[in-house]
Amino acid sequence: MNWGEFFAMNGYAWYIWGSYGMALLIFIIEIVMVRHRRALILQQLHLMRNAEDDMT
Amino acid sequence: MAINWFKYSSPSTFYGAAGKMVPWFAWSAAILFVVGLYIGFFVAPTDIQQSEAYRIMFIHVPASILSMFIYLVMAGYAALGLIFNTRLSSMMASALAPTGALLAFLSLWTGALWGKPMWGAWWVWDARLTSELILLFLYLGFIALHASIDDPRRADRASALLAIIGSVNVPIIYFSVQWWNTLHQGASVKFTGTSMHVAMQQGMYTMMMAVWLYAIAVSLLRVRCIILERECKAQWVSELAEVKR
Repeated sequence: MNWGEFFAMNGYAWYIWGSYGMALLIFIIEIVMVRHRRALILQQLHLMRNAEDDMT
Repeated sequence: MAINWFKYSSPSTFYGAAGKMVPWFAWSAAILFVVGLYIGFFVAPTDIQQSEAYRIMFIHVPASILSMFIYLVMAGYAALGLIFNTRLSSMMASALAPTGALLAFLSLWTGALWGKPMWGAWWVWDARLTSELILLFLYLGFIALHASIDDPRRADRASALLAIIGSVNVPIIYFSVQWWNTLHQGASVKFTGTSMHVAMQQGMYTMMMAVWLYAIAVSLLRVRCIILERECKAQWVSELAEVKR
């Protein structure tokens, strides 16, 4: 079996790689969004902490 | 041995514990994805009826089953939060919803891409497909309802009710292929045994474990964010190393 034949998937390439491609995309987007959410809340917590320090 | 489970239901304890657990789940998920895809694409034979198209199964079935399972876990946590008034349970329910919604979407997407070459249609309004679409809407409804109420504890209670009532949909999805005449095929894996080739089964179960572990890892990451967001005024949060620096 060569790689061209493998990726052609006997004519079902679009359906199969479309499925696995979407799965990969979803997992990547989800991880990026969670990491972004963490960065955002940590930034906010820093700001809150600095504001408290300024008051004292 | 007596374990004080309520100790782990405190967000401050769980925040650290979850952080320690994430790498283990994430790495085992990554390894199982590689093994599962290897079995699915290089070990499992070509199907006599469906040729290579059946290989969509290795992502479609795990996504579908996990989308249903996560819903039940989410409803369970929501119910715990409602009954025992434990904040962490409600936070876990909120953390699971986006992952479940994405898997429900993935189930429908891969199903459409499998349905087109096999049935000649991207979509049919049959019982299996329609009830899975309702599952996606239930997830989205849970997220939207929670987001629409300002007071987090009230939002927890309202969305918990939605989650619990919506859980009747899960057995409907599961048994839809038996209860109604559907275009969707019946279960290949039954409690009494299976009609599938051994390598196909191994590939499917490995991928299922991989998606499961991935879902745990990403939900734990998300619940850590939710804990910080909701406990932002707590003393222990301001003393965290990642906040201090």
